[in-house]
Amino acid sequence: MNTPNIAMPGASLSSQASVPRTISYAQAFYWSVRREFWENRLLYLAPMAAAAIFLFSFVINTIILRRSMHGVWPAHTAQHDVLSLPYDMSAALIMGIALIVGIFYSLDTLYGERRDRSILFWKSLPVSDLTTVLSKLSIPLVIIPVLSYVITVATQFIMLLLSSAVLLGSGANIAALWTQESFFRGSLDLFYHMLTVHGLWYAPLYGWLLLVSAAAPRAPFVWAVLPPFVLWGVEKMAFNTTYFLSLLMVRLMGPPDPEMAMSKNADFMSTLIPRHFFDQPGLWIGLVVAAVFVAATIQVRRYRGPI
Amino acid sequence: MACIEARGLRKSFGTTVALDGVNFSVEEGRILGMIGPNGAGKTTALNAILGLTPYQGELRVLGRNPWTERDQLMRDVCFISDVAILPRWIKVSQALDYVAGVHPRFDRAKAEAFLAKTTVGRNRKVKQLSKGMVAQLHLALVMAIDAKLLVLDEPTLGLDLLYRKQFYDSLLNDYFDRTRTIVVTTHQVDELQNVLTDVMFMDRGRILLDCSMEEIESRYVELTVQPAQVAAARSLKPIYERNVLGRSLMLFDRADRPQLSALGEMRTPGIADLFVAVVGDHAGETKGAEV
Repeated sequence: MNTPNIAMPGASLSSQASVPRTISYAQAFYWSVRREFWENRLLYLAPMAAAAIFLFSFVINTIILRRSMHGVWPAHTAQHDVLSLPYDMSAALIMGIALIVGIFYSLDTLYGERRDRSILFWKSLPVSDLTTVLSKLSIPLVIIPVLSYVITVATQFIMLLLSSAVLLGSGANIAALWTQESFFRGSLDLFYHMLTVHGLWYAPLYGWLLLVSAAAPRAPFVWAVLPPFVLWGVEKMAFNTTYFLSLLMVRLMGPPDPEMAMSKNADFMSTLIPRHFFDQPGLWIGLVVAAVFVAATIQVRRYRGPI
Repeated sequence: MACIEARGLRKSFGTTVALDGVNFSVEEGRILGMIGPNGAGKTTALNAILGLTPYQGELRVLGRNPWTERDQLMRDVCFISDVAILPRWIKVSQALDYVAGVHPRFDRAKAEAFLAKTTVGRNRKVKQLSKGMVAQLHLALVMAIDAKLLVLDEPTLGLDLLYRKQFYDSLLNDYFDRTRTIVVTTHQVDELQNVLTDVMFMDRGRILLDCSMEEIESRYVELTVQPAQVAAARSLKPIYERNVLGRSLMLFDRADRPQLSALGEMRTPGIADLFVAVVGDHAGETKGAEV
């Protein structure tokens, strides 16, 4: 420290101004999303673990099934249920896990960066709050649905292979597995469901969670749950109505589908397609609300520092 | 164009005034030390410069408004706060990947070359590194960025002497050139004495002294007074007086040097002593300033 070389010629390596590369918006966005996966490995590990556990129990189930069949294929009426039930369950399980992961991710992400003070590091880089918040929003809205769809389809494909292998030589008609299950149509239905319901319909939910995550001084879970609870209580006390509650329930239970209730023996995959999804005002109102929440989140993050 | 230009910069939190309408400017190529007790407003000033907090008054950093143009500004500005801010979960290689991915002026080869001289492993996570190694990693990232302004807020807090020395040596030998500007706050003033080109003393949101090191050398004199001359020296109105090992030390502002030389031994005061002299009397409840 006694002899700083500030005046020494040639002491600096970096006086030659290098021509800066250009970083496109897409590139900044890509790396912002990528770093979310470094931080939150649960985003892909949880659905993958769910799939692995499910496959394990499926193998056991198939072996037991084969023993009980004694070479006799189930009667035609029962056939559909026996075949499609495990596939529906695998989709439901992975989807449910993905939903939970997405909710907890959204609630923690902008709170966590303030808690561990790393927000100062992120803000020391040329990445705008807009890019940051949108990349974080894209995780529950797009990335998790697509990812869990891919995992579900892969799981179902492995299930098909497994049951074919187990049933091989049992006398059962293996070809029925591949044709009657209409595997590929089902998976398209699932994809549609993931993007519409998990992406678009739940958008205001994720927007709200991100806003709370950015704003809460502590305990974001309490801040996320308390306001709706208070709103419900106040409405109930003041007007003795529960509009807010029913609004909330509709939002959480998925879009209403009047035609669904009629068709009784529709299988699980087709329940995933709400009819007239894009005609529902609820969808568009929800998207507007989501946009307001996200815009507020971007503003709030500008003002926030470490806690 | 000045690198940083502040006019009437003001910031309050409720009734607490953190910055009380200060004016200052930092020219390109300077190394400014902001020195002051906790709560003096240093960090608030730095946060305003970095676009981390809104403020009142006028502030331009590299010609930009930091609050509205933070993301563009950060292409030319680097920032190290105390070492705790690198995310604990990130791997060294991921930190390099990420900064290379989002920063147009980051030279990855330079960062790798710097890290190669340290014991920081590529596959280690930040939480597995010692505090000194985290500082090395952060310095490697920052030094590989061709920035115009580097802001350091207590960059060596909690580091041992060897790491501190290495930190500033690297910064000066490998990074600083006359075209870059560095603004640093620290409590370890004496270690920075020979590094700084300018100092700014702050207390309770105000700037008490803002001048270059040359000005300090020409303006202030510390006199080790001969015992027989104490009364004579005192009559010249020292701004500060203390006793060290039985000798009387007095600090003079713009004193007549030939006159002083007859009374004892003259030298340029240390920044820490000068700080106590200038701020100590004003500091009131913040006495015991951590310098």
